[in-house]
Amino acid sequence: MTHNIYVYILLSGLVSYMIRVLPLTLIRRPITNTWFRSFLYYVPYATLAVMTFPAILYAAESPWAGLAALIAGGVLGLKGRSLPEVAAVCCVTVFLLELILVHS
Amino acid sequence: MMQKTSFRNGIQDGLPIGLGYAAVSFSLGIAMRTAGMTWYQGFLLSLVNLASAGQYAGLQVIAADAAYLEIVLVTLVANARYLLMSTALSQKFSQKTPYFHRFFVSYAVTDELFGIAVRQNGFLDPFYYYGAMSMAVPGWCIGTALGIIAGNILPVRIVSALSVALYGMFLAIILPPARNDRAVAAVVCAGFLLSWASGHIPFLSTMTAGTKTILLTILIAGTAAALRPHTEDDHDA
Repeated sequence: MTHNIYVYILLSGLVSYMIRVLPLTLIRRPITNTWFRSFLYYVPYATLAVMTFPAILYAAESPWAGLAALIAGGVLGLKGRSLPEVAAVCCVTVFLLELILVHS
Repeated sequence: MMQKTSFRNGIQDGLPIGLGYAAVSFSLGIAMRTAGMTWYQGFLLSLVNLASAGQYAGLQVIAADAAYLEIVLVTLVANARYLLMSTALSQKFSQKTPYFHRFFVSYAVTDELFGIAVRQNGFLDPFYYYGAMSMAVPGWCIGTALGIIAGNILPVRIVSALSVALYGMFLAIILPPARNDRAVAAVVCAGFLLSWASGHIPFLSTMTAGTKTILLTILIAGTAAALRPHTEDDHDA
C-alpha cells in the first residue's frame, strides 16, 4: 500500500457529495441538452452492467453457483421484484448450489 | 406539528430501505475485508459515500492501490446518475422551504430514497426525507462494519453466498427498466458483453477494473444517448 486509505475515503466522499449537492443547490431548472440528459439516463445501466458481469461469476467460491445466481437474479429482476428480494434469492441460490458443488 | 408527522412517515418508509441496505452493505463489507480494510475504515467509507456502486468501484481502486485520480474518476462515473436524480429532486423543493435543507437532503440522494421522495405528492417536506435517512444511513454504515467484522467469523459457505448480494441488487436496479425500454436493454447487454470481452482483449485486459468501468460506461452510455435520445415523456424519474 503506497496510498493512504483515508485520502481515498476523503476523495471518494467529496466527489459523492459534490455530485449530489451541486445540482440540488445550483440548478434551478432542468438540464435541457438532450444528449447529456440521455447520457445521464443511460449511465447507471451501463456502469452497473459492466460491474456485474463477469464479476458475479468470480464472487462466489464456484463460478457455476455465480452463474446460477445471475440467472435467478436475472429472472426475478426482469419480473420487477424488490431489491432485497432479488439479492436474497441470489445468495440462497449460491448457498444451495455450493452445498453440492463445493466440498469443504 | 406537520414536521413530526412527516418525519414519522419518513421513518416508516425508510425502515425497509435501511434493512435492505444493511444486508447489501454487509456483503460490501466482506469485499472490503478482502481488500484489507478495517471495520472503522469501512464504516467511514460508507458514511461519506452512501453509494453501493460508487463504493464498490472505489474499492476496486483501493484494492489495486491505484492513483488517487482514479478513485475520483471512478466515483464520478459510478455515481453520475445522482446528478440526474439531484436535478430532478431540486424540482420537488418548494420556494418556501428554507434553502439550507438542500445541503442536508443532497447528502443522502440514493436510488431508493430518491424513489420514495419523488413518489410524495406535491412538494417534498425535508423532514420526511430526514426520517427516511435516519433509517437508511445507519443501516448502510452498520451493515458495512458488521460485514467486515463478521466476514472473519462466518463460515466460508455463508460468506460465499453473501458475496453475490451486491450483484443481486445491481440486477434489481438495471433489469426492471430494461424490460420496458429496449434501449436500456441494449445498454445492459452491451455492458455485459463488452465487460466480458475486455477481459480477453490484450490491451484492455491490462487496465484496472476502475478504468475499464469508466471507459466502457462512457462508450456505451454515450453511444446510446446519440442513437436513442431519451425524451422527457418517457417514464423518467
